[in-house]
Amino acid sequence: MCPWYTARVPEAPPATSPSPPAPVARPRAVPVWLKDAGRAVVGVPLRFFGEIGMLAGLLAQALFWGVRPPYRIGLFFAALEFVGVQSLFIVGLTGLFIGMVFGIQLVDGFRQFGAENQAGSVVGMALTRELAPVFASLMVSARAGSAMSTELGSMRVTDQIDALTTMAVNPVQFLVVPRIVAGALMVPLLTMLFNLIGIFGAWLVCVQILGLDAGVFAENVKWYVDARDVTQGLVKAVFFGFTVTLIACRHGFYAQGGAAGVGQATTRAVVQSAVSILVLDYVITSVITGQGGL
Amino acid sequence: MSAAPESASAAARDPLHLRVRELRKRYGEHEVLRGVTFDVKRGLNNILIGASGSGKTVMVRQLIRLERPDAGEILLDGRDISRLSDLELVPVRRKFGMVFQMSALFDSMDVFDNVAFLLREHTKLRERDIREKVMARLQALGVEHAVHKLPAELSGGMKKRVAVARALALEPEILIYDEPTTGLDPITSRTVDDLIEQTRETYGVTSIVISHDMASVFRIGHHITYLYKGTIEASGSPQEFLASPSPRVHEFLEASGVSRERMVARA
Repeated sequence: MCPWYTARVPEAPPATSPSPPAPVARPRAVPVWLKDAGRAVVGVPLRFFGEIGMLAGLLAQALFWGVRPPYRIGLFFAALEFVGVQSLFIVGLTGLFIGMVFGIQLVDGFRQFGAENQAGSVVGMALTRELAPVFASLMVSARAGSAMSTELGSMRVTDQIDALTTMAVNPVQFLVVPRIVAGALMVPLLTMLFNLIGIFGAWLVCVQILGLDAGVFAENVKWYVDARDVTQGLVKAVFFGFTVTLIACRHGFYAQGGAAGVGQATTRAVVQSAVSILVLDYVITSVITGQGGL
Repeated sequence: MSAAPESASAAARDPLHLRVRELRKRYGEHEVLRGVTFDVKRGLNNILIGASGSGKTVMVRQLIRLERPDAGEILLDGRDISRLSDLELVPVRRKFGMVFQMSALFDSMDVFDNVAFLLREHTKLRERDIREKVMARLQALGVEHAVHKLPAELSGGMKKRVAVARALALEPEILIYDEPTTGLDPITSRTVDDLIEQTRETYGVTSIVISHDMASVFRIGHHITYLYKGTIEASGSPQEFLASPSPRVHEFLEASGVSRERMVARA
């Protein structure tokens, strides 16, 4: 049925009918689809700014409580261990395969114009500047971020966070601050590990399997990759680590709606972290290189 | 002699531990607390009853300042705590203990660490002294055998006991129980009631119990406050409560299956 159908003014009845009531002109009803579309258009930016506000609020609390005693060293080391040490294997494994597959693609591509010896230089630059910080952060988000969000969400819906508050223990100071600091410290270290293993993976494929000269490969890596490339990657890793853990904590900390709510919070945390990493990557790269319009 | 100890002892003599005045709380369009005024009597079991959705839990969340009320006063020993900042609330919250409906034990810690948590956070006691205190508390509440169990391994009644032990760790002045017998069988409910009364007697705490278990209310209550749609409908001793002329109180009692005549006779 046409959405405007109900808004039509009825036609006047034939003159022969006995004294019909005068038709009343009703205001044109706003179609449902238009209302939904309006809500969607207004809702998206509202939700976006609401989310930014929540993150900023949690960050402000973390800064406020993070500099105040008591300083819980044990919790901090536990967070370092959880974010960093427990992510070593998955980050190393990802680094190895990213390096290996990148090595194959580069040699295969560069061979078309006889430049396969440049594989080492491209692998080194791509890993240190981009691939290592992005993939290490994505892995930390998938492993540690999702676990953080689930843990804090479960604590929220079972009143454990309220219990902390009633015990005069600030929950942001106790739960959020150690995790965010651990994220900002450990993701750069994991990025360095990713760099090393990724380059090793590329060397393994390029030199041991595809037959490139080992000396040329190593020289190209050393010649083209300098401290600025590594620093660029590490700066990104600090921001990514901080962002991933902040987003994970935000979704867990404010989770609601029982087990289903915790599940949704975890999903949102992982998706939002991944998108934030990619957006931030562009912004930071643009600022550092002075190109890209920012 | 300084003025502070005098005022502290004067406060301790005040029979009213908490005074709530014209408290209001709104969530969006819905006003949950609409000018609530009542008193919490020192050293007694103060029961807050009301139908589901009447605002009991919201009321208690304001009392312990898990939320900030929109208007009104909460006077703890004469000091208004309703407008204090989170930082100012730290010493105030140490005067409260809370036993949550689902106990809210930290599920990553065993029973010992749950009870020791507050002592480690707020005191400089050595680990040996903490152990002694925790074990004494667990023994007093009859759960010393579960000291190394995780909360997931405990029954509902045991969780409540451990939650009480944890809430008592810093010897609070006021202990709040949020629906302590909900979801428990009648025998365990009675055990929890005994625990509340025994805790009050032994440690001299002021108890605030949210409940709609009327058997439990009349078993342990010294002062009953009935919350109806965000306002206080009746308040007083069990006898005064039963004698209330309010038709809403009568309706609540009838719906709860309580015979007023029998209760009056018992009271």
